[in-house]
Amino acid sequence: MWKWLNSYADPERSYNLAGKLLPWLACLAIALIGVGTTWGLLFAPTDYQQGESYRIIFIHVPAASMSMMAYVSMAIASFIGLVWQIKAADWAAASIAPIGAVITFIALVTGSTWGKPMWGTWWVWDARLTSELVLLFLYLGVIALYASFEDKVLAARAAGILAIVGVINVPIIKYSVDWWSSLHQPATIKITEKSSMPMEMLMPLLINIFGFGVMIATITLVRYRTEVLARNGMRPWVRALATKEVAK
Amino acid sequence: MNRGISYTRAFTTLFMRDIKIAIRHRGDIFNPLLFFIMVVTLFPLGVGPEPQVLSRVAPGIIWVAALLASMLSLERLFKADYNDGTLEQMLLSPQPLPLLVLAKVLAHWVLTGVPLILVAPLLAVLLNLESNSYGALMATLALGTPVLSLLGAIGVALTVGLRKGGVLLSLLILPLYIPVLIFATSAIDASGMNLPYTPHLAIIGAILAGSLILAPIAIGASLRVSTN
Amino acid sequence: MIQFDSISDFFHMGGYAFYVWLAYGITFSSLAILIVMSARSKRKILVEIAGKIAREARLKESRGINSESKT
Repeated sequence: MWKWLNSYADPERSYNLAGKLLPWLACLAIALIGVGTTWGLLFAPTDYQQGESYRIIFIHVPAASMSMMAYVSMAIASFIGLVWQIKAADWAAASIAPIGAVITFIALVTGSTWGKPMWGTWWVWDARLTSELVLLFLYLGVIALYASFEDKVLAARAAGILAIVGVINVPIIKYSVDWWSSLHQPATIKITEKSSMPMEMLMPLLINIFGFGVMIATITLVRYRTEVLARNGMRPWVRALATKEVAK
Repeated sequence: MNRGISYTRAFTTLFMRDIKIAIRHRGDIFNPLLFFIMVVTLFPLGVGPEPQVLSRVAPGIIWVAALLASMLSLERLFKADYNDGTLEQMLLSPQPLPLLVLAKVLAHWVLTGVPLILVAPLLAVLLNLESNSYGALMATLALGTPVLSLLGAIGVALTVGLRKGGVLLSLLILPLYIPVLIFATSAIDASGMNLPYTPHLAIIGAILAGSLILAPIAIGASLRVSTN
Repeated sequence: MIQFDSISDFFHMGGYAFYVWLAYGITFSSLAILIVMSARSKRKILVEIAGKIAREARLKESRGINSESKT
């Protein structure tokens, strides 16, 4: 098993495997998000309290939950890269970071456009909003650190250490922020509880959450392939690809 | 392997060396302290001199100023040693790296954190802090500033090899400072309302214990990356 | 079952049109930018590598000419 897995740490093999998986995952992501979003926008029943504005939930909740998942997977990849010195894991971590940042940004923006009609303000210092904002800062820190090293092997290690320190901190930050806003904020603001959601609303939401996950995986593969090419510019197989690409 | 000298000896030697160097360059101690005082004096000018407003925001101002001051002073924690090659000698020495790093961070805290704790009550008077909050202010600073030094040192170790690490440093470590800020200011707030604040202190203490164990390892790993 | 009576009703979103479409618009446009940039960067990297290969070939050629002229 270990030997079989190791063979995919070879850049050329993992590049080809990612290329083979890519169309399938892309189709799955488009299908899932298409179905989930259309179902959510057109067919899901209107919320009796929030009216049609609640339809933002079908992108807001997937983005918010997947932003956390992307961070954890980036940290796991960095950990594997640091401990077992597997370069492929470093490249994967480097390709997840910008995607995670964009997803976190989407979660923040959709949250605030939902907050404006419901709470009457674009931004409140609510626990969830604040911890999501901090998550965005953590992503930006990892991206900035990775970008500022010339030598990308070192860059991956430095960014990996930061990602791991961040992942230890995320629960602490989350907990502290929860606790802080519960002291300062009266409980007038509440996002609709998930458990009270009827099936017709829950189904498209779950489909979209899964769709966002598959989409993140797809974009990660695209970026991973680029990262492999960029880091292996001296290998003959990459050079052959490059000459073929230019001749096209 | 023969380590030459004992752990205690290595620790104290490095600790005393950093203290001696700092005493010779007194600016390193006084500049962050002056910065701290300046930031705190700017706030009443910005938000207005009403005593009620000031006493409401005093814990936050003092703590935010402390965060910024500690970040400023941290920037030079490894810089000189990196430039003259001492850091590489430290990495090559048979002593465990986390121990050496801990000595440096502790020296940094004694030089910048302790003066800050001593000056804070004076600034609290200027900001009209609630009279029963002074104990909480000192206690949170005493427990919180070592955490700032430890967590900040991770960011400094990651950026020490970079030419323009300064701006990057704030992006890396300020998000990590958030829990300390939240618990410290809410402890001071609670004490102002005559509520017990020991639970908040216990949590800051727990964060301190955790970072005291884990941060030196992370700092050591980061230094190995930076000096490569 | 479709929850809206007409297309204009759908776009109106019960009075929340601005917020709902703003949220969806920003989401899908930022995702589109991310996807396009990720997809394009592969070709950019390959062209860069090809440029490097061409430069190396030129360097080798000119060196070859120089050494021939010496003999």
